[in-house]
Amino acid sequence: MQKRVVFRSKLLPYMLVLPQIAITVAFFFWPSYQALESSFFIEDAFGFSREWVWLENYYELFRDPGYLKSFRTTLIFGFSVAFLAMAISLLLAVAANRAIKAATSYRTLLIWPYAVAPALAGVIWYFLMNPSLGIVAYWLKGIGVEWNHYVNGDQALLLVVVAAAWKQVSYNFLFFLAGLQSIPKSLIEAAAIDRAGPIRRFWSITFPLLTPTTFFLLVVNLVYAFFDTFALIHATTEGGPADATSILVFRVYNTGFIGQDYGSSAAQSVILMGMVILMTFIQFRYVERKVQY
Amino acid sequence: MVENRPILTFLTHAILIVGVVFLCFPVWMALVASTHGPGALSQSPIPLWFGDQAWENYSQLLAGGLPEAGGVPIGMMMFNSAIMALVITFGKIVISILSAYAIVYFRFPFRMGFFWMIFVTLMLPVEVRILPTFDVVVKMGLLNTYAGLTVPLIASATATFLFRQFFLTIPDELVEAARIDRAGPIRFFKDILLPLSRTNIAALFIILFIYGWNQYLWPLLITTDESLYTVVMGIQRMVNSGEALPVWHYIMGTAVLAMIPPVLVVVLMQKLFVKGLVESEK
Repeated sequence: MQKRVVFRSKLLPYMLVLPQIAITVAFFFWPSYQALESSFFIEDAFGFSREWVWLENYYELFRDPGYLKSFRTTLIFGFSVAFLAMAISLLLAVAANRAIKAATSYRTLLIWPYAVAPALAGVIWYFLMNPSLGIVAYWLKGIGVEWNHYVNGDQALLLVVVAAAWKQVSYNFLFFLAGLQSIPKSLIEAAAIDRAGPIRRFWSITFPLLTPTTFFLLVVNLVYAFFDTFALIHATTEGGPADATSILVFRVYNTGFIGQDYGSSAAQSVILMGMVILMTFIQFRYVERKVQY
Repeated sequence: MVENRPILTFLTHAILIVGVVFLCFPVWMALVASTHGPGALSQSPIPLWFGDQAWENYSQLLAGGLPEAGGVPIGMMMFNSAIMALVITFGKIVISILSAYAIVYFRFPFRMGFFWMIFVTLMLPVEVRILPTFDVVVKMGLLNTYAGLTVPLIASATATFLFRQFFLTIPDELVEAARIDRAGPIRFFKDILLPLSRTNIAALFIILFIYGWNQYLWPLLITTDESLYTVVMGIQRMVNSGEALPVWHYIMGTAVLAMIPPVLVVVLMQKLFVKGLVESEK
């Protein structure tokens, strides 16, 4: 946890942590406290008066079918993105791990989408799927699928899932590849000598040994899909049509900035913060076991 | 292990090629679309090969700007993005290397308290508590300033952790030797710790630069002044331009321009990038 040999100084360490702590307090703790506080108040539209209402804002949220639907949308969206992005990247990582000679060139071609902003990924897929001139929409029409995410909510959700997963594949790919490379070759060879085929070897040796990576990536992907995809949705579907792609983090923004309902937006923030803290906790409980500090 | 299974080898490459096509195709189409005039992009199917308008489109974008996006030249937006990304990156690296140094190399009251204060912010994205954070910035009078755009995003638990992990692997003998030679903490930091951390700093730089460049919601809220727009957030105004039909050849051109700097950073510094990513997250 700490060095055996340390420097002695009364003031210096405080000076060193000061910038970090000051920014953290000003832009993390203070706003979080504000959110917590205003989630117990109802404020009038002009901000002149506010009234202490206990948990009314929270009750209101869970009675609101729109919010509950948003919860469901978020879960469907999050798990679809995580599953799609992880399945594709695991397949690619296994393949890249086999293609020894060409692995580096494939890697270069596979990792760059990591650098593409979620908003841009969204906009580009939005263009590809555009019902009137998108090339993918045109192909889909060719095989008899009528694509229009402007009116069809499920298709709009599918669009943002694909765009979000597309961007996340490279990240997962790198971690799966690193995980695969750390599996001892002797285990695989022993199984091969026992005449286990490639598929059998994958499911009974490789995949179980990858569990830590898979679990880590699941949490990271869920956090990404729940929170970082705000930009993707805001730049494309804007939560529509008819709230079909309005995930929780988008709703916080919409309620607060467009709807000007501070109490409700704050309550939603608090719920989301709770979710983040829970996920951080799960992550670290798990990681703690394999990484010794 | 040597195993001769031609079908499997074929399948391996087939999978990888399909994967590469899946990842590259959208950007290919963006590139293609950005080289056509509005005519070619008005009827379906749109062309799959480059047009001849590349020069016109890109020079118009970079220097002239679009009325749909507030008439700000994309060149200007990219300049703003670069400033934002660099300030966030440098700021994060500086404050987190200092705090990691204090937490690892000093013993002082509330040390663990500070550590946990930084720790809990690890995964809390700004989107989650956007409204109150925005309020704080408004109260400080930082709207429409570079400071408001960057400072709130500078706190970084991830970078602090990476440096802390790295410092813990540095042998204690170095500190002892430094103390015998009567080097104080500042001297030790400057002459020993910083040079040793060079690779880590470079790897972090890549990750953080991408993070900074790709910010979206924060600039969207903090900048109402068009001369402060950043490119990743500016594109949104073109897509959702209300009544007017989106001008796809310009939008795709902007998208391509906006992704060039971070993609170049990743591709050119691939080794460092992979190292930084895999280590900073574990």
